[in-house]
Amino acid sequence: MTATGIHHQAHDTHRDTHRTIDAVWRIESPRLIAGLARMVRDVGLAEDLAQDALVAALEKWPESGVPRNPGAWLMATAKHRAIDRIRRGKLLERKHAELGREIDLQQETAVANFEASLDDSLGDTIGDDLLRLVFTACHPLLPRDARVALTLRLLGGLTTEEIARAFLVPESTVSQRILRAKKTLAEANVPFEVPRGEELAARLSSVLEVVYLIFNEGYAATAGDDWTRPVLCEDALRLGRILTGLVPKEPEAHGLVALMEIQASRLNARVGPQGEPILLLDQNRGRWDQLLIHRGLAALQRAEALGGAHGFYALQAAIAACHGRARTAEETDWPRIAALYTALAHLTPSPVVELNRAVAVGMAFGPAAGLEIVDTLVDEPSLQAYHHLPTVRGDLLAKLGRLEEAHTEFERAASLTRNVRERDFLLGRAAECIDTK
Amino acid sequence: MRFMMLMIPKGYETAAPGTMPDAGAVAAMMKYNESLQKAGVLLALDGLHPPSMGARVSFEGGKPKVTDGPFAEAKEVLGGYWMIQVKSREEAIEWATRCPAGENEVIEIRQVQEMADFPPDVQEAAAGFAEMQGRSEPLAPADR
Repeated sequence: MTATGIHHQAHDTHRDTHRTIDAVWRIESPRLIAGLARMVRDVGLAEDLAQDALVAALEKWPESGVPRNPGAWLMATAKHRAIDRIRRGKLLERKHAELGREIDLQQETAVANFEASLDDSLGDTIGDDLLRLVFTACHPLLPRDARVALTLRLLGGLTTEEIARAFLVPESTVSQRILRAKKTLAEANVPFEVPRGEELAARLSSVLEVVYLIFNEGYAATAGDDWTRPVLCEDALRLGRILTGLVPKEPEAHGLVALMEIQASRLNARVGPQGEPILLLDQNRGRWDQLLIHRGLAALQRAEALGGAHGFYALQAAIAACHGRARTAEETDWPRIAALYTALAHLTPSPVVELNRAVAVGMAFGPAAGLEIVDTLVDEPSLQAYHHLPTVRGDLLAKLGRLEEAHTEFERAASLTRNVRERDFLLGRAAECIDTK
Repeated sequence: MRFMMLMIPKGYETAAPGTMPDAGAVAAMMKYNESLQKAGVLLALDGLHPPSMGARVSFEGGKPKVTDGPFAEAKEVLGGYWMIQVKSREEAIEWATRCPAGENEVIEIRQVQEMADFPPDVQEAAAGFAEMQGRSEPLAPADR
């Protein structure tokens, strides 16, 4: 191994170098952008500078090899670009002779300050910078889809194309979203900082929400041909795990990671050989990923130890943990799940939580008890287009032998979902109600 | 995708029982492990006692036969592993290159087989399919 480059034997084609650069980018770009953003106080500009450095790497590395410390190389290159930009600004200013030397001095000071702040960044401030970047990307000023795109791009190291593919939207839509978001942040002069005091809780919940949105889109795709998109779940988990490292004392961050780890443990068991959904109680628990379950239970314990047992995510993680601990479907502690849903409904009253509670109550105390709750929800305006409502109602009715009504509910549910796999599945259940009649 | 980074320290095949790494090497490795964890890629890791404390079970002629370590025929043995979740084989390699490993150490990178990698018949043999029973799944309780 030389000081200038790690020699990849049989790996020296340019294509391979490009793939290595992709990998380096994935690893280094969040820290790079975060460090630059602190210096230039503009996330959009920071990303541009980081991209400049990436372009330089794509030009140089295929010839020179990947540097020993690629992160430092990228940072130094981006820093030079930044100084170039400041100097170029200075040259322009020089033409305004009346401003004279004062500007000159200001610019030199700017360069000096910049270099000093760069030296700072070699210390322990990287974690703080990353956290600032997280809070900025998830700023409530931005629409949700922009927060999601910006977070995946700045912190997940994903390309615009990868984000577009994951969310089944055109690439131009994603780049527009990101451009507009950067502009919004710049125009509003959003400070690059970690919120303090009372603001912190609200801003943190926006961050957690973004990560969970990404996870859920992977776990139960709202549209498209696939029932799940596991890669998106992996991206969300990675973000969540990074986050628990950045805010280790926040119980809800651990709660969210616990929830995602335990849910993700079932990803393999959730999809049949033809891509069809397999629901929780029908899943082969031998296919559940025990490593992720253990990680999830450990994260839940941390959340609880930090006093966060009754947090929004910790409660959901506790529900997921009830399933994760049950070796067979029959072993499931449904009364505990019903109680946890009651606690969740108390914390965040919502018709969706109530619907989930109905399922748990139906399992714990019989379908009639569950149906009683569901029937209070049928006129709920916010659930009119929510396909899970007729799905749950259909299921409870089928269990009670009211097959004709169940049939109608499943057909209605099928007409409401935008996911192709789920629609097929629901139509199948509707047909079964007629067959068994 | 998941990868195992398998640590293969030369000489570990003949290491005495109870051999431990030195404190300096452990400190450097802990820092590395921390960087994996902070990057959100680390799923699990373990170090292994030397083979002189282990045993091998072989199955010649279809019968299990137990041999206590060390194993004279072994040229390289595992010293430990990391399980990481990353975006690509290249990313796994990139993480491995950052390991503060010693000159006598090699890291082998191997992708973990996922169920989806198997053809359908193997999937079925590996898992079987549960009978259809009751079917309402509490939803992923996202409010959306």
